[in-house]
Amino acid sequence: MTKPILSIADMSIVFSSPDEADIEAVRQVELTLTPGKTLALVGESGCGKSVTARAVLRLLDKNALIQRGSITFEPKGEAPVDIAELKQDSLPLRAIRGNQISMIFQEPMSSLSPVHTIGDQIDEMMIIHEGLKPKQARERTVALLDQVGIPGARDRANAYPFELSGGLRQRAMIAMALACKPQVLIADEPTTALDVTTQAQILDLLRQLQADFGMAMLFITHDLGVVAEIADEVAVMYLGDVVEQGSVFDVFAAPKHPYTQALMSSIPKMARKADRVRLSPIKGTVPAPKDRPEGCAFTSRCPHAFEPCPTIRPARTDLGNGHHARCHLLTRVPVEEPA
Amino acid sequence: MLGFIGKRLIAMVLTLWAVSFVAFAIIQLPPGDYLTTYIATLAANGDRVDPATIEALRRQYGFGESYFVQYWKWISGIVLRGDFGQSFEWKAPVTTLIWGRLGNSILVEGLAVIVMWLVALPIGIYAAVRKYSLGDYLATIGGFIGLAIPNFFFALILMYLSFIWFGETIGGLFSPGMENARWSPARVWDFLSHAWAPILVLSLAGTAELIRILRANLLDELKKPYVTTARAKGLSEFRTIMKYPVRVALNPLVSTIGWLLPALVSSSVIVSVVLNLPTAGPLLLRSLTSQDMFLAGAIIMLLGMLTVIGTLISDLLLAWIDPRIRYGSK
Repeated sequence: MTKPILSIADMSIVFSSPDEADIEAVRQVELTLTPGKTLALVGESGCGKSVTARAVLRLLDKNALIQRGSITFEPKGEAPVDIAELKQDSLPLRAIRGNQISMIFQEPMSSLSPVHTIGDQIDEMMIIHEGLKPKQARERTVALLDQVGIPGARDRANAYPFELSGGLRQRAMIAMALACKPQVLIADEPTTALDVTTQAQILDLLRQLQADFGMAMLFITHDLGVVAEIADEVAVMYLGDVVEQGSVFDVFAAPKHPYTQALMSSIPKMARKADRVRLSPIKGTVPAPKDRPEGCAFTSRCPHAFEPCPTIRPARTDLGNGHHARCHLLTRVPVEEPA
Repeated sequence: MLGFIGKRLIAMVLTLWAVSFVAFAIIQLPPGDYLTTYIATLAANGDRVDPATIEALRRQYGFGESYFVQYWKWISGIVLRGDFGQSFEWKAPVTTLIWGRLGNSILVEGLAVIVMWLVALPIGIYAAVRKYSLGDYLATIGGFIGLAIPNFFFALILMYLSFIWFGETIGGLFSPGMENARWSPARVWDFLSHAWAPILVLSLAGTAELIRILRANLLDELKKPYVTTARAKGLSEFRTIMKYPVRVALNPLVSTIGWLLPALVSSSVIVSVVLNLPTAGPLLLRSLTSQDMFLAGAIIMLLGMLTVIGTLISDLLLAWIDPRIRYGSK
């Protein structure tokens, strides 16, 4: 197995606010990213996937604190760095941001400055990280815009974001993220704000660029269809915990955690009328982080919950082939139960 | 861009014409005219005025004729000959009276505007970026005090303090000997040593307001995703903030530059009286009370002109810094 380029271990992130109790938005996250592979991080809204992604570049607001755990980044031929330890606005952190790990965001309109040209915003990446002259940077920008499939790249470099369509803006955003040939690309729901046709084009583009650049990609989404299309590996998050990580085939074919299982069976399937079955949604609603059970977060909705679930946090169980899950069912010693 | 400027210039001329029409209507509004006031004053002193002289004056200025005839006489003089008429009270052409005064006004108030921006920009940015810090609270408290103190009151305090502490009276813009001298380094120095007080007073409230607006605008912008994008690029925090959110937060402020000039001129009347400044404000006040209609009309007209020019300047600045406006106007 290739060495992971980025691994998050036992990370917890706490948000504090002056008039409420602290909220532990991310409780227990383990993730590993391998060069050239895409890891999809899935989960419902508010489960902490965006927070996790932002934590990797330390882009969280001031009231968020990485309380525990490490984010080890090990670029090719360099010593590993724990990003969680770096100081905000410090040189080592800034040298990683945009240069070795870069990010694309959900909303391509508001994620680009409305008063600077696309070209200006992309040039800047290469000017600060590689010390290029503005003219050289512009040449590279035009080549990049061309590469991400923006027609008339030279003219479009002088356009402002509001003059481009959503799809083109997201392409410009991708060009910007790739400007310095990063080793890791974090994509935070990059296709959510786009219509389905554009979404498919952007996914194709990302896949092709990943092959060209050979980078690792962390892809945040809540859309399992998108996961199937783009990911090699998938990590499932529920209420601040990564409950399962494994290859897409393993997780989709044989989900081990009850939450993943429930998630899979709640996808509508195309079937002949006679074969149709009712969708089985997950019962109940997601509890607020403050009502989260001390043990496994899924306890309150899990059909298989038993004694240790509400109080003891399940261990990370290795299921072979890089497949891990956190569930007491997997470690349960079979004992004879009274009928 | 040229088309944009052209359109604005045409609109500006039309606006000025409308302003002149209204200005003339305003100065005609009080019952009677300068001559009736003048005759009444003379009669009160027991003097008699020759009816023939009055009749001659009446005809010269077109008193008693219809509004449009009077307006035509007035405006054609301004447009064709640059003649704003005679000031009754000063017995001199209006033009000779106002240019120097208006120049002083623009100089002092222009400097006040510059001081306002120089002081308010860094403080406003600091207050937004370090929200709820000690510095922010100090800026807020200082801002509210600045907003709450009436300008003329602050001027009085300043005069009092400078007399108590330094034994000097502040007031006026020049030393007596320098009043009519030509501009020279000595006169500039003399001007600055007098003008700091009125500039300080006039910029106080404006600075406070500007800090509040800039802080509010910037707080909105700092939360926008493009700021996170800039950080994710690896820009330093300082450069991130100065290049992106500050730039966007300035747009609404730039659009207010236009109103600043006329607002300063009219709000500075009392301060000018208190500090004995030879600016246009007190002259306007006096001409209005004595029904010196041509003088008042000229000043109102010029204030209107300042507003229109100020608006034009801020429109052009805004189009220059904000591409959304520049391209939207096509």
